[in-house]
Amino acid sequence: MNNRTKTFIRNKAIHFILLMLAVAIFSFVLLELSPIDPVNAYLKQAVISPEQRIMLEQYWGVNQPLTTKIWGWLSNLLQGNLGTSLIYRVPVVDVIVERFMASFVLMFFSWIISGFLGFGLGIVAGKNKGGWIDKLVKLYCYILQSAPSFWIGLLILIIFSVELGWFPIGMSVAIGTVSSDATIWQWLARLVLPTLTLSLVGVAPIAMYTRNELVNVLSSDYILFARARGESGWPLIERQALRNILLPALTLQFQNFAELFGGAVLVEQVFSYPGIGQTAVAAGLQSDVTLLLGIVLVSAVFVFVGNLLADVMYFFVDPRIRENEYLDKN
Amino acid sequence: MSKLLEVEKLSISFSQYFKGLEQRELKVLSDLTMDVDDHEILAVLGSSGSGKSLLAHAILGILPSNAKIAGSIRYKGKEMDDELKEELRGKKISFIPQSVNNLNPLMKVKDQVIGYTESEEEKQVLVKKQREIFNQYNLSEEVDEMYPFQLSGGMARKVLISTALLNDPEIIIADEPTPGLDEQAVEETINNLVELKEKGIGMILITHDIHTAIETSDRIAILYLGYVIEITDTKNFSGDGKNLLHPYTRSLYRALPETHFELTEGHQPSYQHIPKGCPYHENCPHQVRECHYELPELRELNGTVIRCFNPLVDGE
Amino acid sequence: MTKTEENKQGFLNLNLRTKTLLVTVIALIILVSVFLSNFLIDHQAVLTSNFYNINQAPSFEHLFGTDWMGRDMFMRTLLGLGISIGVGAFASVISTVVAILLGVFSSVNTLVDEVVTAIIDLFGSIPHILLIILVSLAFGGGYYGVIMAVGLTHWTPLARVLRAEIKKINTSEYIKLSNEFGKSKLWIAKKHIFPLIISQIIVGVILMFPHAIMHEASISFLGFGLPAHEPAIGIILAESMKYLSMGYWWLAFYPGLSLLLLVLLFDLIGENVHRLLDPQSAQE
Repeated sequence: MNNRTKTFIRNKAIHFILLMLAVAIFSFVLLELSPIDPVNAYLKQAVISPEQRIMLEQYWGVNQPLTTKIWGWLSNLLQGNLGTSLIYRVPVVDVIVERFMASFVLMFFSWIISGFLGFGLGIVAGKNKGGWIDKLVKLYCYILQSAPSFWIGLLILIIFSVELGWFPIGMSVAIGTVSSDATIWQWLARLVLPTLTLSLVGVAPIAMYTRNELVNVLSSDYILFARARGESGWPLIERQALRNILLPALTLQFQNFAELFGGAVLVEQVFSYPGIGQTAVAAGLQSDVTLLLGIVLVSAVFVFVGNLLADVMYFFVDPRIRENEYLDKN
Repeated sequence: MSKLLEVEKLSISFSQYFKGLEQRELKVLSDLTMDVDDHEILAVLGSSGSGKSLLAHAILGILPSNAKIAGSIRYKGKEMDDELKEELRGKKISFIPQSVNNLNPLMKVKDQVIGYTESEEEKQVLVKKQREIFNQYNLSEEVDEMYPFQLSGGMARKVLISTALLNDPEIIIADEPTPGLDEQAVEETINNLVELKEKGIGMILITHDIHTAIETSDRIAILYLGYVIEITDTKNFSGDGKNLLHPYTRSLYRALPETHFELTEGHQPSYQHIPKGCPYHENCPHQVRECHYELPELRELNGTVIRCFNPLVDGE
Repeated sequence: MTKTEENKQGFLNLNLRTKTLLVTVIALIILVSVFLSNFLIDHQAVLTSNFYNINQAPSFEHLFGTDWMGRDMFMRTLLGLGISIGVGAFASVISTVVAILLGVFSSVNTLVDEVVTAIIDLFGSIPHILLIILVSLAFGGGYYGVIMAVGLTHWTPLARVLRAEIKKINTSEYIKLSNEFGKSKLWIAKKHIFPLIISQIIVGVILMFPHAIMHEASISFLGFGLPAHEPAIGIILAESMKYLSMGYWWLAFYPGLSLLLLVLLFDLIGENVHRLLDPQSAQE
């Protein structure tokens, strides 16, 4: 490992720690500002005596100053203790691990499918710039980027579940129960439509980006020169353009982790898919502050990892950055 | 015997959008006529930022799609349509581009010089040839594996020239081969180009550098606002330049430090407002009445081709 | 080139400019009339139940069909779009103010610039929808929560653009010259910087709209947004989910489609204005 790699890792590690600290404090303060009363949220309108209420208030630390509360939450966090979920009544970590795995499968497949499909469509559109296929791809991208993803989900639900009847509706698992008793087939069937929705939505940005990038590259000086030397058609694009577009496109796809997560939140809601997004919504609606904070942190880690992967790729793949001289020169 | 390459009445224009989406027509080359023979270097001299490079792109058939082109280009007397252009480019006609930016930043130098090959055998032949050419230009084997950003200016220039030689061309179009190089590299490049000519290649050298033009070429075509105003023998750029017939050419020559260093008044108008009549008349000290409203045609005079109503024939 | 060709070119040129202007104006008129229709429609009449025609499929009488309470879906959608535009406008104003403030602050000194960059970084590190949920909870939900949540989270792209732009202008020669001439910072900002960033601000604001509208619909759909009795598109769509299995597809289809068209209109206007202000983008 050379010095440069060490510096890279060190900088990323520092950035990660600072960012997570900021996210933790920021989201904690935001939820502190909200009028949510943890005691009421816990009780769900159950009647208790004033003495019991005081005990509970002490337990939740309602009347402590903000700094004490933040400090308490951070020191617990450092010990890996995210607290106990109000609605599930189990440690937040357990809920998140199970739910995030379900979401991860959904996001992973959507990421792969939308990546390949988007890149392919972008290349075809960019190569035929101005042609009907380009217009078609552009139209698709415009519409998908302007449509709320949950509405696309609803349409898919209408088509495949209601009209065609291929998939059952309302496979939902009630919030608050852990759903490990579903069979693998049930689970796979549950996975298909959300993945389809998230993939269709995810195609748009990557296809549009790839298309524009290819159009740019095709008007570059080096493509002009390659054409002057007799290269043309697919071989030209394959030899001269593909690798130059692949890197930034892949980077974009990694940087899209935040959008992917956001899409999952909405799509999971539509299809009652028992993932982290649905859990986040339930936590927010039912004032499960500890669970919501845990999910926000995990999502921030997820987004960070996406950006990190993008940087790592550039760092090790692009010859201009791989070579020290380039960075020194610039 | 027919000329190697003839360009006749070539015009290239673009439509461009301006603020508020106003569209205007931009003429970059107008009514350009010239030719080049084997064993000959024709320099096309024009100020930088003019559309000189587009001449090269037009001959190669790689103009951008929004360019409008009129006129004719002939290769050995045969009209060059898109099909013939495609057949010739990279084979009979080679192009030496301006800068390292014309190399793919993510591809190794070797792969770029060899170019696209259809079979492994073809590739092997070209690999050998590439190595020979590189040896000739003192490019070590290390250079093979380099990426463009690692090349020095002089090395990049040699690499670019090498690309042109790989396919034994009859015609080479070189676009600004000298700027950005140190004196020694300029010298070397000029020698390389002259060497190629002596092997029989016909060359169009597009440049804004009058020194490069004088030192390499046999004839010089001078462009002004996209118009050829004179095509003259390079040897006329000597002494006090009395055989340079166009007022612009002569003032250009006399502005050189080693001649008179006479600076002329006025500056070249913009391409967006090419004046009516002779493009040069606004700055011309020898203008006559016609210059204001009529465009002079190209004509031959004392072995020189010239576009002027009042040429300086008296040797003044 | 012949004379006629040039004329044709001149005609086409007029076309693109007028076409762009015309399309923009028409789109604007549609948006304004959708918004204004909110004030003309009798909300009471539209939102009271009418059990004689519940769950009717789209017809000439009810273009978008009717819902489980017999309410006309076209009218409900129209009201929903009005709410969307209203929330979008409010949120855009807030976001623009934040973006301008932070963009300008960042030019004060490097320390402030670091802080601004860190804030932008922080806002980008949490998935947008979660961030909106957090902020709307912080403001206690409801109308107020939605507007603040959408408004306080959409400023990052514009702030980033403005920061970069101001930085670029500040390092340019003529600003340095103005500084040497002893012109005040305010004078320089007014004379040199503002005119250059105003077009960025205009385009940024218009392009902020569609995002704001979509996010408003999204969190209303999730249940964090507007109260359930409001005819917001997100709420209409959330409600429709209960009836989809019975085949009442129109409850979801038309309101969503209308929202899509609304967003497309804003995109269209934004892009056209962008092209009018920055011809480079129309060059292709």
